[in-house]
Amino acid sequence: MRGDLLSDPVEGLDETLAVVDAFDGVLVAGLLRPGPAQAAAVAGLADAVAGTPLAVRVAEAAGRVTAGAAGEDDFVALAAARSALLGSVHDALALRIDEAVGRPGPEEMPAPAAGPEQGTNLLAAARSWLCDLARSGWRGIDHELVAGAAPVVSAMLPDPGLRRRATLLDGFAAELAASCPGATLERVPVRRWADLWSRALLLTVPGSAGERTADAVTGRLLPLGVDVQEHATAVQAQVHAVFEPADGGAPRLVRAGVSAPKPDTVVGAGLWQLLRPHMSLLGAVSEGRSMELDAMPVTVEGDLVWDDERARPGEPADAFATARVMLSAATAARIAPLDRHPVRIAVPVLLEGYTTRSEEGRLAFDLAGLTVAVDTDRMPAAGPLTPEAVAASGACVGLLRWDAGEFLLQPLAVEATVRKKTVAVHAGAWAGGTTDKAGVRAEKAATDAVAVLRERAGRLLRK
Amino acid sequence: MGVGALSVWEQSSTARVTAPARPRKLAKVPFVELADGRLQGVVSSGSDIGRVYVSSVAARTYAFSCSTNNNRPCGGARGMFCKHIQALVGEAVLQYGAERVARYLAVDPPDGEPDAQSLTAAMTATRPVKGDSAAAAQVFSRFLRHLAYLELVPVTFPLPEMQWFPSTRAVA
Ligand SMILES: [Zn+2]
Repeated sequence: MRGDLLSDPVEGLDETLAVVDAFDGVLVAGLLRPGPAQAAAVAGLADAVAGTPLAVRVAEAAGRVTAGAAGEDDFVALAAARSALLGSVHDALALRIDEAVGRPGPEEMPAPAAGPEQGTNLLAAARSWLCDLARSGWRGIDHELVAGAAPVVSAMLPDPGLRRRATLLDGFAAELAASCPGATLERVPVRRWADLWSRALLLTVPGSAGERTADAVTGRLLPLGVDVQEHATAVQAQVHAVFEPADGGAPRLVRAGVSAPKPDTVVGAGLWQLLRPHMSLLGAVSEGRSMELDAMPVTVEGDLVWDDERARPGEPADAFATARVMLSAATAARIAPLDRHPVRIAVPVLLEGYTTRSEEGRLAFDLAGLTVAVDTDRMPAAGPLTPEAVAASGACVGLLRWDAGEFLLQPLAVEATVRKKTVAVHAGAWAGGTTDKAGVRAEKAATDAVAVLRERAGRLLRK
Repeated sequence: MGVGALSVWEQSSTARVTAPARPRKLAKVPFVELADGRLQGVVSSGSDIGRVYVSSVAARTYAFSCSTNNNRPCGGARGMFCKHIQALVGEAVLQYGAERVARYLAVDPPDGEPDAQSLTAAMTATRPVKGDSAAAAQVFSRFLRHLAYLELVPVTFPLPEMQWFPSTRAVA
């Protein structure tokens, strides 16, 4: 890896993020009665997209927002402009990473047209709530305003076609509810809430989140590791893997995910228990196996849409062997235009020959020409990989990410030498189950918690 | 505008705002939440498996209420916190941590480090009044909504927005 490339400044990045930060500041105070400073920030956003197809629409929206006469479409236009700026930041960072890891450029895949969508009245209700949020600002939120999301989320959740929106709105609303009243908040997660707001608002446009399955693939899937995302009432596990097509084509980087809504008291090992029955790949990951896929659907972004019927267990496969032999030659899919955002950057990499050090309580790897911060907080608690194991490691398969102005490495697995033998520890080792003592205890506690909730639900829910 | 003055946390797309719930045993108190300006939840009856108590304490005033899911007032909650409300405070502290409960209810325990006991003591010392039980139906329906999450089917198509919600080793 050309680590030096990751520490070089990216041209235009600071200027673009300054425009974004200024607009995000506007959302802190709200757009009900914008003052001169806010008007300047909104105008700055419009100026920044002046050379693009968005120019006219955003300039109009900025004018009406500043006059306190904004309609819902105007808020959508501003969210689109902000997303375009962060999309350009994404592209610049992704290009830099491709250069640093020496990976072939992303494959161009024609995007299929999004299918027709149901539930447009719910999308309209979501949009109305989001526009109310923009008017009140984060400092103006209260319980009544935030509670407006609940009926929309409840109505969306059972419809798989609206699950993506529901899950985002649910997580966002829960954070806002925990932060009410906004007037007394010590600090505001400025970029994060602006991100969630603008993403949610763009997803209220019908067609923005349709199924985009493009193809079906047959061949061998070699897992690299598992990334887990969760908020109080949802969890998603994504297996990052190298796919070897049976027809002898170039290997591809793919992901396979499974997600579920959940009660907030289901945590830790309980998350694996919810997901495990719906994706046999989690079991294969724990066993260190490959899987043979037969006509598995895949999206243009390289996400397998998993179906247990189309997969069977294959030969044992070691993630480090896969990474050493295949990772640099594997091609990645391109992110869909609307989805481009730095938060989407998660590039599988293999790092070896580093020294580890701890600085202000944070772990870092020193490589030739580069110090990369290690985000050990993202490693799931229900797994054997600990910050201590990472600190003692000599090789790491991880996801290269970017947040708040810096590149970060999220470890998926590490190798360490214990009594002259090389031992690998995987963050997702417990995904398919475990015999580890602490793991078994966590599984038992989670089983009991869900049993209580199911008993209560059986007795009270259908009365 | 303060541009450039944003802290790293403020510039982070994945800043952690709330920590995940700490695991706890759910048999006695299957549901606890800090919502609608109250600590509220559902406490299983010790004697009748078909009965639950819906209990709540309001932030700031600590006005309390406790009644069954069939809307009968709890006999223990006439002039003071009943055992259901005490259990609710205890489990809320387990789930969210004492700090967050204290902050949400606006309780300032005299001896610094709050715990369930000191929070309860600080609230009862203000001689809170019995609040109206109108919220009970709403709390109970939120509990049912919470249980309904278990009935929703998992999916295997990608949810790209979950990238904004990385898992964390921190607990409440
Ligand atoms: Zn009671």
